[in-house]
Amino acid sequence: MDFLNGFVALLNFVVIPATAYGAQLALGALGVTLIYGILRFSNFAHGDTMAFGAMATILVTWAFQSMGLHLWGLPTALLALPFGIVVAALLVLGTDRVVYRFYRRHKVSPVILVIVSMGVMFVYNGLVRFVIGPDDQNFADGARFLINARDFREMTGLDEGLAFRTSQAMTIITAVIVVAILFWFLNRTRTGKSMRAFSDNEDLALLSGINPERVVAITWIIVAALATVAGVLYGLDKSFKPFTYFQLLLPIFAAAIVGGLGSPVGAIVGGFVVAFSEVTITYAWKKVLEYWLPAALEPEGLVQLLSTDYKFAVSFAILVIVLLFRPTGLFKGKSV
Amino acid sequence: MRVILLFAIVFGLILLTGFTQSWNVALGIVNMGLVSAIMALGVNLQWGYAGLFNVGVMGFVALGGLAAVLIGQPPVGAAWEAGGARILGGLAVGIAVIVAAVLLWKRLPVGRARAIAMVVLLIAGFFVYRGVFDPAVEAIESVNAATEGYLGGLGLPILIAWPVGGLLAAGAAWAIGKTALGLRSDYLAIATLGIAEIIISVMRNEDWLARGVKNVIGLPRPVPYEVDLQQSQAFVERAAGAGLDPVMASTLAVKLAYAGFFVVVLLVLLWLAQAALASPWGRMMRAIRDNEVAAEAMGKDVKARHLQIFVLGSAVCGLAGAMMTTLDGQLTPSSYQPLRFTFLVWVMVIVGGSGNNYGAILGGFLIWFLWVQVEPVGIWLMETLSAGLDPASPLRAHLLASAAHMRLFTMGLLLLLVLRFSPRGLIPER
Repeated sequence: MDFLNGFVALLNFVVIPATAYGAQLALGALGVTLIYGILRFSNFAHGDTMAFGAMATILVTWAFQSMGLHLWGLPTALLALPFGIVVAALLVLGTDRVVYRFYRRHKVSPVILVIVSMGVMFVYNGLVRFVIGPDDQNFADGARFLINARDFREMTGLDEGLAFRTSQAMTIITAVIVVAILFWFLNRTRTGKSMRAFSDNEDLALLSGINPERVVAITWIIVAALATVAGVLYGLDKSFKPFTYFQLLLPIFAAAIVGGLGSPVGAIVGGFVVAFSEVTITYAWKKVLEYWLPAALEPEGLVQLLSTDYKFAVSFAILVIVLLFRPTGLFKGKSV
Repeated sequence: MRVILLFAIVFGLILLTGFTQSWNVALGIVNMGLVSAIMALGVNLQWGYAGLFNVGVMGFVALGGLAAVLIGQPPVGAAWEAGGARILGGLAVGIAVIVAAVLLWKRLPVGRARAIAMVVLLIAGFFVYRGVFDPAVEAIESVNAATEGYLGGLGLPILIAWPVGGLLAAGAAWAIGKTALGLRSDYLAIATLGIAEIIISVMRNEDWLARGVKNVIGLPRPVPYEVDLQQSQAFVERAAGAGLDPVMASTLAVKLAYAGFFVVVLLVLLWLAQAALASPWGRMMRAIRDNEVAAEAMGKDVKARHLQIFVLGSAVCGLAGAMMTTLDGQLTPSSYQPLRFTFLVWVMVIVGGSGNNYGAILGGFLIWFLWVQVEPVGIWLMETLSAGLDPASPLRAHLLASAAHMRLFTMGLLLLLVLRFSPRGLIPER
């Protein structure tokens, strides 16, 4: 019984939150990695693209909520998501047209594009704050829990409760669906194949008659969709605050680099590696260990390796380890 | 000629602020402009001379601020007695473990045994370190927690903190450079972005060091206090002679005194930077920046030179950080935001002209001026735009409330415009 109790506690405080967070990071890292693969620069504006997409979705959600539209148990934001994606896609396509295309034509070095994306980051950040303000916004509705801690206790007779929030379940399911569609698109469709060809060898792809502008435009649309989904899921799971999205940039980049920049599978694995390390290292293990260890060995302290404020340090440490020992990442990304 | 003209325009703008708003605001812009110019010089050293992409400026600036506390504040005797020795012991254990791990990695033969040995050493070392360290932290933080609860500083004159801030930043830069330099430029960017966040989170959470988010206020100053000036007979008489009231005169005098210190530092740094640029060393740096492969073929040690200039540039940022904290008179870790302290400095360098020290200084003043003035201009603009709207309408209220966020947007737009139409900046590299 003790073992089961400990297991449920572990599930409740580590596995479920880390899986949801990992799915959000994976979606974010996929966007970064796609931009890197096709456009060949590290997009610093990605966190703020996520914030913008989430903001657009929130505004539509509010409109739906005031019209009385809802999705029964599920959050209304899910219904608003496609609209948010369209708005975000228009924004990034516009940005590409006005800003990035010029530099692409002139074939500037990637580091200049990174600086350009810094400027875009400022502009997006300003836009989001301008429209919705810098404060926390709440837009979650629908049923809060899929499994409630008390019900679970009554159902199983265990001492530990297991709470499974709707937002967490939705994050995981949505992420699986989105990733499945993305991989189907990249591996099975003609456009997806031309994108991969372009990423592998630009000159060869151009020679075989692939239209680069089309590939770039489709990439931006996919990235906008991924960023909006990731942003909305993160906002539903935690809360929407423009600044936190900027801070997500670090774990997202860590995930993309750990997996290998340019490799979609790597981005997903990297997302989960970063999320699980963050949560396990900053979790206070006392509760689980009390169940699992014999009474004589019970720990006195919280058995928390690092305080939660150091979660950035965890993503950074993983990043450094990977950079030192395997600079191309786990899945052999590009290293230009 | 162009240089003189551009500087004249920027100072004209600041003078205009003095005449139309107040001299207090204008001098405030000058002081922070001087500090920003020094930060921009530091970044220009790294980016303009050597092409290193460092987006961890905030971390180095914050380390400089930490130095101001560690040097300027009086020591807290009770805290030192409670856990001072132990905390130093804990830090020594931590450093010893890391050194041992590095040695072990270098000495043992490659293989699985080495990896296992290192992991075991690091994990065991981590627990020993926490065992020594944690009780000391608790003891120190419980000493008079409301006003102290930290070790305090050395109680030395705060001007000493400026070079020490540079040294602290240089030390951190050396550690980062050792690991991240030599990788591709994007990786260095991400690594520095991360280290800056970590430095800030250490400063926020390690209360024994500098009180964390409880802030250290009332740092000693290198200049007299306004209150003392107002009570000095000679000062009041001289202020009256200049036709100023004593309160106003004292704040202006203090700001001018700070400006004096900052100008000296800026001029010395500018002279050093210019001399370095014109020396064989500077030519070598630019050669490395323009073609690493060729420079390496000529026998230049690219990695060592990169490390050198990375450390130098970061030290300048640390120096500027110590100066800024001295100017503020307080250390507030939660005020360090990457947009303000990293990316804004980058805007200064790019807009001013990367590779040109005068450009960096000009960018520092100009961008800081805009950063301060965009907000009032934005509010004025919004009021004019929404003047036709009903005063009670929610749209008008929203527009007015959002005007404060115009500055991020403006900075981004400015950066993009300069990059697009004048990619070498206002004062291009010669």
